[in-house]
Amino acid sequence: MFDRDLWREIFQSINMNRTRTLLSGFTVTFAILLFAILFGITNGLTNTFDEAFKDDATNSIFINSGRTTQANKGLQAGRQIQFKNEDYDYIKKEFGDKVQFITARVYKNVNASFQNEKNSYSVRAVHPDHQYLENTKVTQGRYINQLDLNENTKVVVIGRLVENDLFLKTTAIGKYINLNGIQYKVVGVFEDDGGDNEERLIYMPISTAQQIYGNNDYIDQINLTYNPAMGYDQAIAFSGLLTKKLKDRFSVAESDQRAVRVRNLANEAKGINQMTTGLGMIVLVIGFGTLIAGVVGISNIMIFIVKERTKEIGIRKALGASPKSIVSIILMESIFITVIAGFLGLVIGMGVLELVGPSLEKFFIKDPKVSLSLVVSATVTLIAAGGIAGYLPAKKASKIKPIVALRDD
Amino acid sequence: MLKINKLHKSYPIGDSSLHVLKGIDLSVESGEMVAIMGSSGSGKSTLLNIIGMLDEADEGDYILDNVPIKNLTEKKAAIYRNRFLGFIFQSFNLINYKNALDNVALPLYYQGLKRKERIEKGLFHLEKVGLKAWAEHLPSELSGGQKQRVAIARALAADPKLLLADEPTGALDTTTSYEIMAFLQQLNDEGKTILIVTHEEDIADMCKRIVRLVDGVIMEDKFVEQVRASQYV
Repeated sequence: MFDRDLWREIFQSINMNRTRTLLSGFTVTFAILLFAILFGITNGLTNTFDEAFKDDATNSIFINSGRTTQANKGLQAGRQIQFKNEDYDYIKKEFGDKVQFITARVYKNVNASFQNEKNSYSVRAVHPDHQYLENTKVTQGRYINQLDLNENTKVVVIGRLVENDLFLKTTAIGKYINLNGIQYKVVGVFEDDGGDNEERLIYMPISTAQQIYGNNDYIDQINLTYNPAMGYDQAIAFSGLLTKKLKDRFSVAESDQRAVRVRNLANEAKGINQMTTGLGMIVLVIGFGTLIAGVVGISNIMIFIVKERTKEIGIRKALGASPKSIVSIILMESIFITVIAGFLGLVIGMGVLELVGPSLEKFFIKDPKVSLSLVVSATVTLIAAGGIAGYLPAKKASKIKPIVALRDD
Repeated sequence: MLKINKLHKSYPIGDSSLHVLKGIDLSVESGEMVAIMGSSGSGKSTLLNIIGMLDEADEGDYILDNVPIKNLTEKKAAIYRNRFLGFIFQSFNLINYKNALDNVALPLYYQGLKRKERIEKGLFHLEKVGLKAWAEHLPSELSGGQKQRVAIARALAADPKLLLADEPTGALDTTTSYEIMAFLQQLNDEGKTILIVTHEEDIADMCKRIVRLVDGVIMEDKFVEQVRASQYV
């Protein structure tokens, strides 16, 4: 395979059929080019979807409550459903193995001030798990922890932009921030990929908020992530069961859509996953179809070359060429043309994606790129394709009888 | 050197078959120069094909240099051809996109020799046929006589036991033909065994033995006084 003379022979042969080689190689180049661009665009779409979900873990389930719309079990419609700490504990106990992280939320709007700087922000009072649910990145200090909850400590973790707004000349960590007249110690600063609004939030322990703002154990919302070992369908079944159990718990009619609302991102993720898988399949089919056309083209030219060189192959055999040496020359030539042409298409395709990629963002195609694994599998596919393209012609060549060398034409 | 016993060969033509060789017996000793003569259809080409292992006989024995040539696989035939035989063709059969040296060195490539060695040997044989200065030239830049000499150098390159020439002068004018024959005679003088298929009497007269084929049988097999080609050159 790495025989220098074999390569000399191949280059001589390609040189003799330059136009034809170029033309048939072009089909393969075009096939791979098309494939690379389509693949890149699919990747770009996937990236866009990933971006949209970046804020929250993709296995999130959000549980909200509202007013009942139907009378049930002797209870009137219009009743407000209020989650409490015991509901949070109930889910944790009942579905412990299916829940990865879970947190309750209490919302509160506050006026915050530090020295002379003032602004209003939203407070989310949460459990420690909330950090993982929201993909919160603590850049300084720490997040809310269990100790804070146990002791109802007056601590907060503030967003990067809160620090920017209020702490002009100093760092926030360790300072006391005034929220609606009560001093809280800043124990951490965080960043979030979810956008500016997410970085204008203040987190505090849920027990602290419950004590200070209402002296009750009310919860506004419960968020959880399901065990990622579960598939989409299992996850959807799980949230269905969760909904049913909660409705029973609050004596809500099964068909009541407002009183207990469970939103499972698995539903959306499943749809998107199905769409990108479908898109990927279409791209594969188109790419392979075109590649097959290219393979046929190369096979065609190789058959032609064999036919044109019948006499030469006969002479070679008369001089002692083994069938193997004839086969390998045809096969290697075919593989060589296919691989070179294919890589050319891949490189052009990557170049095109690089060039037009940024301008595609408005079409929901973000950062379209070809992955390394695609390059590797494309190489393998091309070698195989070249081998397939060269197989018939090589077989034909090996069947040529040396006697043709004696024929006069 | 070469021994053929009751050789038969027929080709199917439609439903019937054409019996081309009808029991050929022939033995050639080392150092002989034999002309095989016959009109077209006499079976002389078929005989040469079988001797050249380009075709296989239906019946009979063929022993070359004490090796029975029978039931050859294509691979084995290729090895034998490369080791035992040097072919010289009427239409030279040089590979047109390879220069003279590469053409001469081709059998050596199939012997698995290293490139350096091939070039060395190739140049040696080109020098022998007086064309060392033309080593880098393509066949299209050579005259007919030169092409045939390159072809002879190629046939000699692998140092075969037997040179097989199929109408070697068929495509050449008389003067050039005699030049080529003079050269073949010189090779024979040096001890090479040569078999020439021809239908030209003057060429046959330049060999040491003439075998005449008619309708697939040997009609005449005689040793002759060799006419030296050099006197015409």
